[in-house]
Amino acid sequence: MTSYTPPAEGTRKLGLVIDLDTCVGCHACAVNCKEWNTSGHSAPLTDLAPYSRDASGVWFNRVHAFEAGSGEDSRTVHFPRSCLHCEEPACVSVCPTGASYKRAEDGIVLVNADTCIGCKLCSWACPYGAREFDEEDGVMKKCTLCVDKIYNENLPEEDRVPACVSTCPANARHFGDLGDPDSSVSRMVAERGGVELMPELGYKPVNRYLPPRPKKTGCGSGKSAALEPAFDPAAMHPALRWLDRILTR
Amino acid sequence: MTPPDGEPAIDLSPRVADEVKTTTCYMCACRCGIKVHLRDGRIRYIEGNKRHPVNRGVLCAKGSAGIMQHNSPARLTAPLLRVGERGAGEFKEISWDEALALATTWLGDIRASDPRKLAFFTGRDQSQSFTGWWAAQFGTPNFAAHGGFCSVNMAAAGLYSIGGSFWEFGEPDWEHARYLLMFGVAEDHDSNPIKIGLSKLKARGAKFVSVNPVRTGYSAVADEWIGIRPGTDGLLVMALIHEILKADRIDLDFLARYTNATWLVVQEPGSANDGLFARDPAGRPLAWDAVRGEAVSALETGINPRIAGEVDLPDWGRCVPVFHLLANRYLDAAYAPDAVAERCGVSATTIRRIAAELVEAAFEQKVEIDQPWTDWAGRRHEKMVGRPVSFHAMRGVSAHSNGFQTCRALHVLQMLLGAVDRPGSWRYKAPYPKPMPGGPKPAGKTVAPNTPLGGMPLGFPLSPEDLLVDQAGKATRIDKAYSWEAPLSAHGMMHLVIANAHAGDPYPIDTLFMFMANMSWNSAMNSAGTMRMLTDKTEDGGYRIPRIIYSDAYYSEMVAYADLILPDTTYLERWDCISLLDRPIGSAEGPGDAIRQPVVKPDRDVRPFQDVLLDLGARLGLPGFVDGEGRPKFPGGYSDYIANHERRPGIGPLAGWRGADGASPGKGAANPDQLKHYVENGCFWRHHLPEEALYFKYANRAYLEEAVKLGLIDKPDPIILQLYVEPLQRFRLAAQGHGLIQPPENLRERVATYFDPLPTWYMPFEEAAVDREHYPMHAVTQRPMAMYHAWHSQNAWLRQIHGENRLFVNRATGQSLDISDDDWVWIVSHHGRVKAQVRLMEGCNPDTVWTWNAIGKRSGAWNLDADARETTHGFLLNHAISEFLPGPARAPNADPITGQAAWYDLRIRLEKCAPEEVGETSPRPSTVLRPPGMDRAPRILRYDASKPR
Repeated sequence: MTSYTPPAEGTRKLGLVIDLDTCVGCHACAVNCKEWNTSGHSAPLTDLAPYSRDASGVWFNRVHAFEAGSGEDSRTVHFPRSCLHCEEPACVSVCPTGASYKRAEDGIVLVNADTCIGCKLCSWACPYGAREFDEEDGVMKKCTLCVDKIYNENLPEEDRVPACVSTCPANARHFGDLGDPDSSVSRMVAERGGVELMPELGYKPVNRYLPPRPKKTGCGSGKSAALEPAFDPAAMHPALRWLDRILTR
Repeated sequence: MTPPDGEPAIDLSPRVADEVKTTTCYMCACRCGIKVHLRDGRIRYIEGNKRHPVNRGVLCAKGSAGIMQHNSPARLTAPLLRVGERGAGEFKEISWDEALALATTWLGDIRASDPRKLAFFTGRDQSQSFTGWWAAQFGTPNFAAHGGFCSVNMAAAGLYSIGGSFWEFGEPDWEHARYLLMFGVAEDHDSNPIKIGLSKLKARGAKFVSVNPVRTGYSAVADEWIGIRPGTDGLLVMALIHEILKADRIDLDFLARYTNATWLVVQEPGSANDGLFARDPAGRPLAWDAVRGEAVSALETGINPRIAGEVDLPDWGRCVPVFHLLANRYLDAAYAPDAVAERCGVSATTIRRIAAELVEAAFEQKVEIDQPWTDWAGRRHEKMVGRPVSFHAMRGVSAHSNGFQTCRALHVLQMLLGAVDRPGSWRYKAPYPKPMPGGPKPAGKTVAPNTPLGGMPLGFPLSPEDLLVDQAGKATRIDKAYSWEAPLSAHGMMHLVIANAHAGDPYPIDTLFMFMANMSWNSAMNSAGTMRMLTDKTEDGGYRIPRIIYSDAYYSEMVAYADLILPDTTYLERWDCISLLDRPIGSAEGPGDAIRQPVVKPDRDVRPFQDVLLDLGARLGLPGFVDGEGRPKFPGGYSDYIANHERRPGIGPLAGWRGADGASPGKGAANPDQLKHYVENGCFWRHHLPEEALYFKYANRAYLEEAVKLGLIDKPDPIILQLYVEPLQRFRLAAQGHGLIQPPENLRERVATYFDPLPTWYMPFEEAAVDREHYPMHAVTQRPMAMYHAWHSQNAWLRQIHGENRLFVNRATGQSLDISDDDWVWIVSHHGRVKAQVRLMEGCNPDTVWTWNAIGKRSGAWNLDADARETTHGFLLNHAISEFLPGPARAPNADPITGQAAWYDLRIRLEKCAPEEVGETSPRPSTVLRPPGMDRAPRILRYDASKPR
C-alpha cells in the first residue's frame, strides 16, 4: 500500500463538470479522447481484435445509455463515465508500487507506466470503473485529463483543454479548477446543483455532474392548457369569421 | 519543473504536430471544418476548426474517428476487374490505363448509340453539380444522387412552399427561439449544429419538444417527448392548425403580406381553370381589394386584399382566396384533436396544449431586434419583430409515402404563425430563399447520340409539360423520375434503378455506373432481391444488367457486384468543393462554401473519383471537358476544374475570392489563386450579410439586392410564400382529363387524389395495402449519432460503440406478446422476414419496433472477419422492405408526388423464434472474398502517431 496524504485546502483540483441536461449520448467525447490519447501520454490505447468478432479496446471515457423509471415517468439517460480524479483515490492508496499517483500540482490522478506491474488492484478498488487495462502493455491506463494537452505550450492557449471538452458538440463538458470556488466550473456547480457520484463512499470525486434541468411543462407561463375557441366553426361557415378583416399588403 | 517527491517527471508539452492543415470532414454529410495535425506524415489528431461556421470547433464521434477511417484496412488499393461471378468478390488488379481504356470503350459505344443506356447514379456524393454536369455532357438523363431515398419529400415540400427547407436550406434561430418543435430527426444529420443549438436553447430556458416514435439522443434531452405513431405526423400538425384557426390566433398581417393567402382560386369544378389562380392579362394572380371593391393584382403593394369570401369574376367565375379554402379545410371536425388523437397515439389534451404553447410562444413571448429594415416595397420597419417558434424535421416526416404533404402541412403551420425567417423562428440558410415557382426544369426530353442534354438532369417541374414521359405517358428515365409515378421527383429515384434496369422497364440499359452508393445492401429496399437482380442472367448467359462500373474508396457490399472498380481516395487525400451550386455550407448569416484539400498523399494506386470523371470526360471528348483541340480542358484535375470551370459567366463551383484579384464574392471571373485563398482561410468562405438583411429575407430589400449581387437569385423581387401550391393542381387537372398531356389510366386516380394543393393526410400506402391485423406494428430505423450509414463498421473505434443492433420493442408491448429481453424474433412483413434479438425499452411508441440503421454487414465485406458481430448479431430491416407495394402492379413504395422511398411505412408482426432458431441474425448471405491487394485486417491495433512507424 502507498501512503497518501489528501491535498490541503486551497490546492488546485482540476476536473470535469458534465451536464446531463444536454448530453445527448453522441460519444464525441469518448472518441475524441481516444484519438488524442492513443498518441498521447499513455500511448497507445490498444484495440484488440479491432476488425473481428469481439473487438475491445482501451477507452478513457465511455458513454452509457440507459432508461430510468418506467412508463410515463421513464427517461433516457446518457451518462459519460471517466476517472473522477478523486481527492482520496482508492486506486492510489491500494497501488503496491506507487505507480498510481495523484499530482500534487493539480490533483490529476495518473499511472506511471514504468512502475505499474499490471496487478489490477486499482481497478478492483475504483468503485467508478474508471481504470482500463492494456493487455498488450500489461499496464493500467486511465484518463489523464489530457495532461499532455492542457499545459502543452506547442498548442494555442485556447486549445489547452481536455479533448473531450473541446470536442463536445452539446457543450455538456466543462473543465476547470474545482478547488477554486470562483472558477467558472465551481460557479456552474453551485448554480445548477452539481453532484458528486456516490459521495457516501468517501473518495471525494472532483468531477461533478449537473442534473437535468426541470422539464418545462408549459411554455414559460404554464397557463397554456388549451386555446379558447374564438368561434364555433360548426355553427358558422369558417370563412365568414375573416370576411370583414381589412388587411394591407 | 521538477516534480514533487515521488512523482515521475512527465512531458507536459510534447511535440504534437509538424504541421496542421485544415480541410472539411466527410465522416457524414454535415461538412464540418476540421484541423488535421500531422506528425512525420501521419495523422496525429483531428479536431474541429473553431473558426468554421458549421461546427465552430466541436467535432462528433464520427469526425473524431477520422484516423481510423483514413487507415481502414477495407480501403481499396488498385483498379479491379471482376474475374469470378458477380457477387463473389473475385477480382484481378489492373492498371489505371487498362481500367480507363475499358470504361472509355464501354461508355463511348453507349454515347454513340443511345446515351440513355448509361445509368449514372452517385449516392452520397457531395459533388453533384459536377457529376450531374458530367451526365448532362455525356447526354444521359439517367442521373441522380441519393436524395430520392433520403429526404426529397422534405426538400421538395419546402422548396415548393417557402423556397427553402429544413436542414440543408434552413435552420432554427437558436439564439432567439423560445420554443422548438422537432419532428423525426436522423441523429447523424446536421448533428453538430443541432447539438450546439439545443445546448444554447436549453441554457436560455426555451422549451424543446421532440416528436418521434423513439426516445433516443435529442428526444432524451427534450422537455417533452411525444412518442407519435409513425406516419401520422401530418394529422398531428393539421390538428394543431385546426386549434389555432379555431382560436383565431394566427398572423393575418403576415399572411396577407408575405404569402399567397389572399390570392383568388377559381372554384369551377369541371373547368380547366378549377383550382388555379385567377390572373390578370399580364399573368399576375388576383386578389379582391376590399376597399376598392375590385379584383387587383395580388402582387401590388398597398392593396387591401380580402382573405375570405367568395367573388364572381367575369373571366374566371366563382373564386375564393386561398385562406378561405384553408380555413374551411382544417376547421373541419375531421382535424379536431379528438378526431386524430387515437390514430396519432397522442392524447387530444396534449395536442391542444401544444397548440396553445405554440401560440403563446409565437405571440406573447416577445422577441424584437432593434434593427430597422426595409421591405421590398421600400417601407421602413423600425424593428425586427419575432415569432420565436422554430420547427425542424427530417427523415421521420420525409420517409413516408405521405411525407411530402406532411412536410407541407408543417410549412403551412409555420406560415399561419408568421414564423418564417423572423427572430426566433426557422430561418433560411443562404443561398435560400429561392423564388417559387422557379428553378430549372429537368432536362432530357430529347436524347440523341453524341449530344449533351439541353440542361441539367434534375430540376423542378411545374406542370405536366415538364415531365419526362413519352406520348403514351410512359417514363423516359430509367428510375421513372419525373414520370406520372412521381412527377416532382426532384432528386431522382435511385432506389428503383436496379429493379427497373433488371426488368427492362421502361427499357434495358447497358451500363450502370455508380459512385459511393451501397446499393446491394443498406441503401437498397429489398436487399436480397437486389442482389439477385444484380446477378441475374438472360437466356444467353449474359447478365441482365450487362455492365456495372463502381467507384468507392472502401470494400463495401456493392463492390462485389461490379465488373470494373475504380478505387477512390479517402476524404483526407483529395480536393473537393462544397459548392453553392449543390449543397453548400451557408447559414442564416450568409452564404458560404468550402473545399477539401489533400492533407496526406495516397499510399495506394487510387485516384479521386472526380479526377477520374474528368479524365473519362476528356477521353470521351465530352463538350466542356476538352478544349478546341480536343485536349483535356482541366489537365490539373479536379482542383483545376474547381478554380476554373464557369457554369454561367462569373459563376463557378466556388463563390469566394472570385475575380482576377479575388475581390468579387459570389460572381466574378475565375481566379487562379482562389484555392490558395481558401486554404489560407481554413478551407471555407463565408460572406456575412448586413445586419438589416438577416431576417424577412423573402421580402427584405437589403437581402434581395445583396442576393442578386452575389448571384444567388436573378431579380430582387419578393419571394411569396405558398400556402397553396398551384403546380400541384395543374397535375391534378390533367388527371381529371384537362390538357394534352395525360397520365396513363392506371395512375389517373392516384394523381387526382394526392396532388392536393393544400396539405392533406392519407394513410401510408403500405399500411393501407396490407391486412393491418396481420401486420399490426410499425418498424422504423433510427440513425445512431456515432455511425453514418454503412461506412463506419470498418472503423475500429466506431464499431466498438455500435457493433451489433437489437430490435427495440416497447416493454409493455413485449410483455403482451410474451417477448422478453434477449429473446429472438422474426420480424415478418408482407415482403420478407428478418431475424433479430430483442431489447425491451420504455421510450418507444407501443405500436412501433425499431433498430439502428445499417449496422448489419455482409460477411466478408468491409474487410471484417467473416464472423464479425455485425454479421451474426447485426441485421438490416431492408430485407423486410419492398421497393414495390404489395400486388402485381409494380407500384413504387414511395411518395406519389416526389417518389421518396417510403422506408418508414413498413408494417410487420413479430414471431418468436423456435428454440433451434436462436443465436444468429438472418438473412445472412454468403461470405464475399477479400479482393486482391487487400491485406487481412490487423489482429491488434496500436495506433500511435507520436512514435516513428
